[in-house]
Amino acid sequence: MFILSIALVAALWELYKVIGPQDGGQLLGAKILPRANDRAMPHIWDMLSRYGRREVRGSDRKIWSVVLAGGWFSFRLVLAGFILGAAVGVGLAILMARFKIVERGLLPYLVVSQTVPLIALAPLVVSWGGKLQLAGFEWPRWLSVSILGAFLAFFPVSVGTLKGLTSAPAESIELMNSYASSWRQTLLKLRFPAAVPFMVPAFKLAASGAVIGVVVAEISTGLKGGIGRLVIEYAREATGDPAKVFTAVFGAAALGLAMAGIIALGDIYLMRNRPKETAT
Amino acid sequence: MSAVNVTAASKIFNKGTTKQVDALLDVNLTVEPGEFISLIGPSGCGKSTLLRLIADLLEPTSGTVTVNGKPAAQARLDQDYGMAFQHAGLFDWRNVAKNIELPLELKGWDKEKRKSRAMEMLELVKLPEFAELHPWQLSGGMQQRIAIARALAAHPSILLMDEPFGALDEMTREYMQGELLRICAQTSTTVVFVTHSIPEAVYLSNRVVVMSPRPGRITHLIEINLGIVRGEATRASNEFFHGITAVREALRGTRGDHVDDLDQAAKLVTRNVDDR
Repeated sequence: MFILSIALVAALWELYKVIGPQDGGQLLGAKILPRANDRAMPHIWDMLSRYGRREVRGSDRKIWSVVLAGGWFSFRLVLAGFILGAAVGVGLAILMARFKIVERGLLPYLVVSQTVPLIALAPLVVSWGGKLQLAGFEWPRWLSVSILGAFLAFFPVSVGTLKGLTSAPAESIELMNSYASSWRQTLLKLRFPAAVPFMVPAFKLAASGAVIGVVVAEISTGLKGGIGRLVIEYAREATGDPAKVFTAVFGAAALGLAMAGIIALGDIYLMRNRPKETAT
Repeated sequence: MSAVNVTAASKIFNKGTTKQVDALLDVNLTVEPGEFISLIGPSGCGKSTLLRLIADLLEPTSGTVTVNGKPAAQARLDQDYGMAFQHAGLFDWRNVAKNIELPLELKGWDKEKRKSRAMEMLELVKLPEFAELHPWQLSGGMQQRIAIARALAAHPSILLMDEPFGALDEMTREYMQGELLRICAQTSTTVVFVTHSIPEAVYLSNRVVVMSPRPGRITHLIEINLGIVRGEATRASNEFFHGITAVREALRGTRGDHVDDLDQAAKLVTRNVDDR
């Protein structure tokens, strides 16, 4: 199904190139139709053929291996950011579920935090990181990038998990209380299992958030080696070689797919014993 | 020593505000070991509140509650009672055996002991072949039997039940009533049972406690003399009808503003509205 839909999108792209106006078009007086020329919309096969080319003249590295290496580099940052964000998000959710007053005090700040533009935050985090020196531990630049990924990842996790933790039916809570279960026991044996159907979609959002956060942070902090850097480098060559930047863009998309795949596998594992109709 | 002793207990919600509700006022009740007691009455009469006072899920505003001679809070810590609710409330993510093991896990039993006790309980409710299945693969009646097995897993001396058969169809319900009596006789468990159904209360109980709303209080204690062994013949007996008539007449005086106890359908609608 997925392969089919990719083919469909590619076909639509090429179809528009055939029938669309070469220099953009006007619709109801507004200039909204995109240009269909090769510079703005390269052919699909041009994009794909770039993977086989050398990155720069005289280099012995082909573009596909550069994109793959960049993807792997970014993937590790994304994974670190995702895990960090998920841990912080779940931790905050537990605190908010435990203490009503924390929820009321903290939740507005969490919402506000997501309105701060990541681009503005990136240089700040890097400079804070540069000033931090704990017992000889040098703050690496990639950690700042992962933290920015985590910054986008933690929010859906904290909100989704909080909703999940408070979703257990009142009767089940009473049942646990009737066994004189401690708060921690109720958390582990009832609230967390009951939260799983809410946490999985939250983790999906968090995974794509971490990808976006890392790619954008790579660009705005100028970290070398990742897919974000490749996107900006190849985009600079767009006048000469418009198809090249798409190789890096597809790499970033593949990164998102890889993360989504990992979450989907986790979903199948965690929901294996649940009634099928409520599985997400 | 009585199994449950409630003395001059009152429960007032939202005390001192405009939303004040006198859920229970000056309630006295003694339940002897081995007795089967039903609490019946229109919506808002405080029968569920009384059950939760005994379970120490709520604290009385005034008065005292003792269970097995101890304060209710201590009895809860000691798991002196098991509890079953209208919705079986089994955990979807645990299989049947693991659901029954839940109270034992919380008590810190080791794995082998838990397993053998779970099997023992499954034998008791006659579902031993379902240990590995998950709750959502079972019918409503089976789920409720598992919930009873779970409630009795730690061998408590008292079973507290809040409309456990309310969501079952009539045939399953009568079968479950028979099973419950058999299980309780086999384990000599004391039962406090909340219900909306007059025949159910009469069929199961040694005594029926009739309650009335606004403020919630006990108005009648009706002795039921159907003997110890009850079966299909019991439901056709004169004593059964006498019991039903006695409870019905006691309830008639306690009718709520919008509840007609003679009209089952109207009552069900009212209850559903109240539940929201």
